[in-house]
Amino acid sequence: MSESIRTTKKVLLAVGILVVFFAYTFLLRNQHSSPVIAPSSLSSGGNTSSSNSSNSGGSGSSANTASASYKDGTYTGSIANAFYGNVQVQVSISGGKITNVHFLQYPNDNPNSQNINQQATPYLKQEAIQAQSANVNTITGATFTSQAFVQSMSSALNQAKA
Amino acid sequence: MGMPITVEVVDDRVGDTAIKDTFDYFKAVDEQYSTYKPDSEISRINQGLPRKQWSKEMREVLNLCKKTKQETDGYFDIEHNGKLDPSGLVKGWAIDQAAKRLRKRHIADFYIEAGGDIQTWGLNGDGEPWRIGIRNPFNTREIVKVIHVSMSGVATSGTYVRGQHIYDPHAPGKPVHTVKSLTVIGHNIYDADRFATAAFAMGEEGIKFIEALAGLEGYMIDHHKTATMTSGFQQYVA
Repeated sequence: MSESIRTTKKVLLAVGILVVFFAYTFLLRNQHSSPVIAPSSLSSGGNTSSSNSSNSGGSGSSANTASASYKDGTYTGSIANAFYGNVQVQVSISGGKITNVHFLQYPNDNPNSQNINQQATPYLKQEAIQAQSANVNTITGATFTSQAFVQSMSSALNQAKA
Repeated sequence: MGMPITVEVVDDRVGDTAIKDTFDYFKAVDEQYSTYKPDSEISRINQGLPRKQWSKEMREVLNLCKKTKQETDGYFDIEHNGKLDPSGLVKGWAIDQAAKRLRKRHIADFYIEAGGDIQTWGLNGDGEPWRIGIRNPFNTREIVKVIHVSMSGVATSGTYVRGQHIYDPHAPGKPVHTVKSLTVIGHNIYDADRFATAAFAMGEEGIKFIEALAGLEGYMIDHHKTATMTSGFQQYVA
């Protein structure tokens, strides 16, 4: 192999290593950065801060927003655990009032759910849901207010308090 | 746990004691297992209470959680960020225990409902199987299915959040949560609840998991407003 080709190979290798190094640090930096990905509707001038602590405790009762006044801006709540995933909300305040609530993290947002049933499953019957007569003894349904939602929401509103 | 509880007993002879006892029982469960009460046993455990001071009942419940985790390939897991939260099992377990307490009083016809999970026994006030409505996750004032059960546990996993603010930060415009609710029917609410919890975490595959489990039937509603049911579900429909 000629001298110049060997030198070129060395230069290319050094450049390659540098590229990988920079790509790695870039990725690392991105991983540690805030999980907030600002949507286009984010109000300008907002002060976004996020904390990664979950389960900040506090009572299970819903946040009392009536008496507090809030500074305008956009606030990111803590990541709260909803058992089967995380909930994280971002709250926008305008004119002292909540104008928007965005879900930054929502349970089961991993699209790659594993299929734990290895066997072929039979075709399962499907139907379009339709309203039925409400003549029933009782109703089954998921509870509307997730405690994790309340937690993350409270955390966001605490940051907004004037 | 912080949720409403309803008890209906079909028996004129039953005094208020049986029902009061049921509510007192749930209150005690809350005092012990609520992660939102800093003095509950589970909170103290999460604050570092030594294992030898854990109550026998707590150990039993945590053991049940461990077994459920194994049975669901890890989809049921009470440990999050180094803390324990057994509420995904405690709800169904507590209703099951409360139903057993009523049975011990020889009460034959009743249902207990807590946070949307139900255990029924016997027949309703009309002498017929209990009629249970499945709430429409898209309009919580509506019912989209009526099932008829006598001695069954019915649990529904899901979260209903009003429409347009749910999004996936990695894929704007794509809905994040494709399963809106999953209702599971079994002989007892303890099994129905813990497997509904695990199956919901599996997304659209969850209904197949329920299909594969003997003795459990399911009704899954997805974001297209389509319901998928297990092959034995029809027996519960009028």
